[in-house]
Amino acid sequence: MTLFFLIGIFALAPPTAVRAYDTPDDGGGAVTIEWQLSPDDAQLDKYEIYRSEDGVDYEKVGFIGAGRSRYEDETEDGKNYFYKIVALMNTMRIFSQPSQPVMSSAQWINRKKLNIFVALFIFGTFILYFTYYARRGKEFFIRKIAGLQAIDDAVGRATEMGKPILYCPGIGYIEEIATIASLNILGEVAKKCAQYDTKLINPHLDPIVFTVAREIVKESYTKVGRPDAFDPESVYYITDLQFAYAAAVDGIMVRERPATNFLIGWFRAESLILAETGASTGAVQIAGTDQVSQLPFFVTACDYTLIGEELYAASAYISKEPLLLGAIKGEDWGKLIIGVVLIAASLIGLLTKFPVLNLFR
Amino acid sequence: MKRTIPLFLVFIFGIMGIIPFIIPNPIVQGTDEFVRNNLLKILAAFALILGLGSLLKVHMDKIRRRRQNWGYSWVLIISFIITSIIGLFGGVAGTGILPTTIGSFSFDVWTIYFNVEVPLGSTMFALLAFFMASAAYRAFRARSTEATLLLASAFIVMLGVLPLGERISPHLPSFAQWIMEVPNVAGQRGILLGVALGALATALKIILGIERSWLGGGGE
Repeated sequence: MTLFFLIGIFALAPPTAVRAYDTPDDGGGAVTIEWQLSPDDAQLDKYEIYRSEDGVDYEKVGFIGAGRSRYEDETEDGKNYFYKIVALMNTMRIFSQPSQPVMSSAQWINRKKLNIFVALFIFGTFILYFTYYARRGKEFFIRKIAGLQAIDDAVGRATEMGKPILYCPGIGYIEEIATIASLNILGEVAKKCAQYDTKLINPHLDPIVFTVAREIVKESYTKVGRPDAFDPESVYYITDLQFAYAAAVDGIMVRERPATNFLIGWFRAESLILAETGASTGAVQIAGTDQVSQLPFFVTACDYTLIGEELYAASAYISKEPLLLGAIKGEDWGKLIIGVVLIAASLIGLLTKFPVLNLFR
Repeated sequence: MKRTIPLFLVFIFGIMGIIPFIIPNPIVQGTDEFVRNNLLKILAAFALILGLGSLLKVHMDKIRRRRQNWGYSWVLIISFIITSIIGLFGGVAGTGILPTTIGSFSFDVWTIYFNVEVPLGSTMFALLAFFMASAAYRAFRARSTEATLLLASAFIVMLGVLPLGERISPHLPSFAQWIMEVPNVAGQRGILLGVALGALATALKIILGIERSWLGGGGE
């Protein structure tokens, strides 16, 4: 009688409603197990997760702290698995009922990212719509960007002084959008250099960016009818080390004394080293990056700075190509929509109990 | 044709970059990984050869034409040759066919990297402190309304994080924190929002062939 009484006091209640399911929106190889916490959860040390392939022999595959009711297990796709959850307190343990068999598989669509895909589609539609309008001859107004307006003057100044132009695309690799935007601007600057017969110096950190840049500069010279003026050695590779590159570019600034320095692309800590050295040589400096942490350095040490998105709009602004300008208009409409959605969602979130944030998850 | 093929390749590889974002299936993810990790590495290796060729050509030309400071080009070329021989025949950590130790003195690529390259890089990085001081001086000269505002807010933030700030006013540290967390973050978020959309638009423009500056300009 006493024995039954003691068992009644110390017996643990097991976790219940164990549910195992194929982890959604993944590439397979995972099963998620969920359960109702044991009524004695507050006294438990932890839960252990046991797995079986035949529903008879179970082996421990992991553990999780008390108070938690979800575990993700790595599995082999195409195999059936059964799960049991064990509640543990000191040396006492109690098994739950087994779960239904479950099999993991790879999914074709990640539904969590569909909202981003929809946003991308809407945004892309805006760009295509305004590009279509531009193609039909509609003119778009683009506000003045001081840094880009100064490009003509900067190239002209170098021509008058008989000094070269230094174009530094930063230390980004080809997959950085800022580097790609910088290469687009390089194409336009190279055209102006070719027109004015001004020497261009274009040193690189990444060999792939270097190869692409050389072709872009060559194409630009050809485009304005000056292929003979293109000097293949004006675009060259230096090193793939950040500070060695900074030292080399600093050396070019001090030795060659370029009249204009373009520091446009993806920069890190070397931004200020380059910009301050350039400022000390008296060169006109036009900088641009999408790295928020480096922008203050450029704003401080350079004459003109392209801030964030201005960098991406630059090639459209310089080339004045209607199709590109149309795309910028589409981009602006996209921003307007996002601004309206942000304000509306903030108001709904503040004034109502509607779970508005769940729409964006 | 000269333009059509690059535009077509950019479209295909651009779409291939977007698809793995929403399709988690291992077939798609594996293809993406193969393109990024294998194809890109092969491409980088070829580009590196071109890059090194260009570097040597520039410096050889400098020596040949006796341009300003041409002597340093010899330093580069000799260092390049020595390091290449050690790296190719001595192995990265001195495990190759070429002996890379004389007594206790080691000169394998790894040792060269840690004893030459790293200290030189650190020296350049250390210069940043001095450049920051001169940039701060330039920024804090109250020449315009914006510069004056910058000077005032920087002064408040600096005082706010010092023990002296709390002595002056117990509200100063929280005010400094407010400047950093509210106006500062608001400005940064505005820029980041523009950057994100701008990057997306640039990517779309390139994939769809609207942006062709990388081909030397628009037109056919």
